[in-house]
Amino acid sequence: MSDKVKVTIDGISIEVEPGTSILNAARQIGGDIVPPAMCYYSKLQGSGGKCRTCLVKVSKGSEKDPRPMPKLVASCRTTVMEGMEVQNITSSEVLEARKGVVEMLLINHPLDCPICDQAGECHLQDLSYEHGTESTRYEFERRTFDRIDIGDKIQLHMTRCILCYRCVYVADQITDNRVHGILGRGDAAEISTYIEKAIENDFSGNVIDVCPVGALTDKTFRFKNRVWFTKPVDAHRDCPKCSGKVTLWYKGEDVIRVTARKDEYGEAEEFICNDCRFETKKTSDWVIEGPRRISPHSVISANHYEQLNPPSVIRTNPALLESNKEEFERITRL
Amino acid sequence: MGRKLLLENINVPGINTFEVYRQKGGYRAVEKALKSMSPEDVVEEVKKSGLRGRGGAGFPTGMKWSFLAKPEGKPRYLVCNGDESEPGTFKDRYLMTYIPHLLIEGMIVSSYALGANTSYIYVRGEMMPQIRILEKAIAEAKNAGLLGKNILGSGYDLELYVQPGGGAYICGEETALIESLEGKRGNPRIKPPFPAISGLYNCPTVVNNVESIAATVPIINDGADEYAKMGIGRSTGTKLISASGNLNKPGVYEIELGVSVEEFIYSDEYCGGIANGKRMKAVVAGGSSVPILPANLILKTANGENRLITYESLADGGFATGTMLGSGGFVVFDEDQCIVRNTWNYSRFYHHESCGQCSPCREGTGWMEKVLHRLEYGHGKLSDIDLLVDVSKKIEGNTICPLGDAAAWPVASAIRHFRDEFEWHVTHPDEAMQRNYGLAHYADPLPKPEGVTAN
Ligand SMILES: Cc1cc2nc3c(=O)[nH]c(=O)nc-3n(C[C@H](O)[C@H](O)[C@H](O)COP(=O)(O)O)c2cc1C
Ligand code: SF4
Ligand code: SF4
Ligand code: FES
Repeated sequence: MSDKVKVTIDGISIEVEPGTSILNAARQIGGDIVPPAMCYYSKLQGSGGKCRTCLVKVSKGSEKDPRPMPKLVASCRTTVMEGMEVQNITSSEVLEARKGVVEMLLINHPLDCPICDQAGECHLQDLSYEHGTESTRYEFERRTFDRIDIGDKIQLHMTRCILCYRCVYVADQITDNRVHGILGRGDAAEISTYIEKAIENDFSGNVIDVCPVGALTDKTFRFKNRVWFTKPVDAHRDCPKCSGKVTLWYKGEDVIRVTARKDEYGEAEEFICNDCRFETKKTSDWVIEGPRRISPHSVISANHYEQLNPPSVIRTNPALLESNKEEFERITRL
Repeated sequence: MGRKLLLENINVPGINTFEVYRQKGGYRAVEKALKSMSPEDVVEEVKKSGLRGRGGAGFPTGMKWSFLAKPEGKPRYLVCNGDESEPGTFKDRYLMTYIPHLLIEGMIVSSYALGANTSYIYVRGEMMPQIRILEKAIAEAKNAGLLGKNILGSGYDLELYVQPGGGAYICGEETALIESLEGKRGNPRIKPPFPAISGLYNCPTVVNNVESIAATVPIINDGADEYAKMGIGRSTGTKLISASGNLNKPGVYEIELGVSVEEFIYSDEYCGGIANGKRMKAVVAGGSSVPILPANLILKTANGENRLITYESLADGGFATGTMLGSGGFVVFDEDQCIVRNTWNYSRFYHHESCGQCSPCREGTGWMEKVLHRLEYGHGKLSDIDLLVDVSKKIEGNTICPLGDAAAWPVASAIRHFRDEFEWHVTHPDEAMQRNYGLAHYADPLPKPEGVTAN
């Protein structure tokens, strides 16, 4: 007998390790049934639960206790139970709630994509596209902030922040001497460094990578180009501080940005140090591995290389192949 | 006269001092529990009493205690929730101020039951006088050998501390309270794990309201059966009610659960009726977060029975026609009060107090407040009313902690029962604008959050 746990999401079953969250179980299945996530970040301990974009309906609690859960739950922070049945895109209640969450997130987030450096890589942009409505019902003044530089390499534009806390977890977990956190409460809360201190730490640049929106940006890259015109390439170097595995973003012959490599959910595979990110922008500093695989969902993939590469559970299971059919077709059309 | 348990001796001169409290039979429950009962016996007794948490949710206290994990080598904690920030609720402060030793005694008995050797009373930071009172009471109890090492020779040790709170409503939510006690920002934690498994410093922890803890004293003194004889059905014992608003005699009352709402409001034993001979318009029965009910529905349930002050009777009919006992903050409005203004006022509070972790609460509470503000001042539209209902639905049930619900329910229920009043504000903008409650300064445009610059 296996000690794996069977969970069914939108009618598709999968067996996962005990302790797996609903979100991660869904990610193992892949495709359209994966709930969106704005605050969860698998590499950051304790993240998730906040943005509420990943809400799902548990229509059957478990084999032992089949009662449905009374409220929608955050899939990123709810552990699967044997026999659990979950509805994501098959529940109108979930889609309705998600629409609500997107509307809330956009209240104090300016849709300034045309002038935002994160355009094309912004999770909120994707989320609004998939779950948002065309117009807003909010008619009040929105909160705005002046941009501040936190150190010479990172700029914070709080106006765009959605308070996902990811950068706070990075500052807490992978930099020492934390000076970065949240001040204030409710919609007056803001990300700040201790009396506008710089974050001076070898790994501080990772706050930029985890920010799902354009609130934290790389000052060495700002306004150099739109991402979809750049050419991403995987490369590595022998680095004494980190793995040295990065993505280089080229404009013509020049490396204009260096980031961590991100997986299909936009999460850094490994965090990188500031030397790799900011100081080594010559091709000769790097060993080039080849073109970067960009999620076919992303606008960056336009004019680039990849087709959908389904995870192995999908490739081997006829039912999953069938349920992802629409997605395969959409991708092939592109 | 209804029987009283917690406030039985409240009018005895000097009951706030150790000597008088002791003379009146104080600390008998400690002696009884530590000398003649095992911790399990105490838990059993509290379970049998049917006591339900008096902090708002009404969860059975004994059951909560029995969920406490008992791992070897890890301390367990009891934390008393004296944050008391719910608008309309002021009973715990009353108890802490005037009969502090009852709380200390309850803390000793409850800590013993849970096997906690360090316990905390977390008191709202603004309540400095109460913090001083409790500190003095703790020192007195310690001098008398009722706290510290080897209490009354029983071999049981307990250190008790008072911790001033962070001064935010959210710090009353049990997991935010724990975070705050640990010295962090008072953000609610995501549950599970529940505090009974992983609470303060990741150790098993019980968080209980002041009144719940105080109630363990009469339960141990007189026995669970005696306690359970009071009240009705699953609402046993007595309850402190903080009554405020347009009443002849506002104040803190101890009632036997099961007193009818009508008797509570109109009898001379309690609130003595509505002030100035006015009629009653509405009641918020359990602190600002519970749904408001119009006079007819608070006095009678939907099928015409007398509404009683019990968990069940107040909730009868669900939110369509009922409400909740909550923390027992009874706010009574007379016919002259404006429901829209009050709803806006509550909404202002929840907007201000949202911790800001989850998007629906962080953004939605502010949105509701602003829409209510313009409705109240006659700038609203009819569609605003449905907008409010919709926004409240988008918040309700979709957040980490119940503050989201607490912000949504007052708005949704006020519109459910008093929609015509909201519409009046839209159809009579001039009259709405001209009403002045002597609070003209509130009519200023909304203050901006800090950090806001011009667009
Ligand atoms: C936003 C919020 C504020 C709360 N404030 C208080 C409070 O001030 N005092 C209190 O006893 N419980 C408060 N509670 C309830 C506590 O979370 C917890 O349920 C209670 O302290 C448990 O004690 P009990 O079981 O004895 O009722 C609050 C809950 C929420 C969601
Ligand atoms: S700055 Fe970015 S990463 Fe940090 S909380 Fe805001 S949105 Fe999240
Ligand atoms: S519901 Fe509101 S108060 Fe509670 S965690 Fe979410 S933002 Fe904070
Ligand atoms: S991703 Fe689950 S709540 Fe944000």
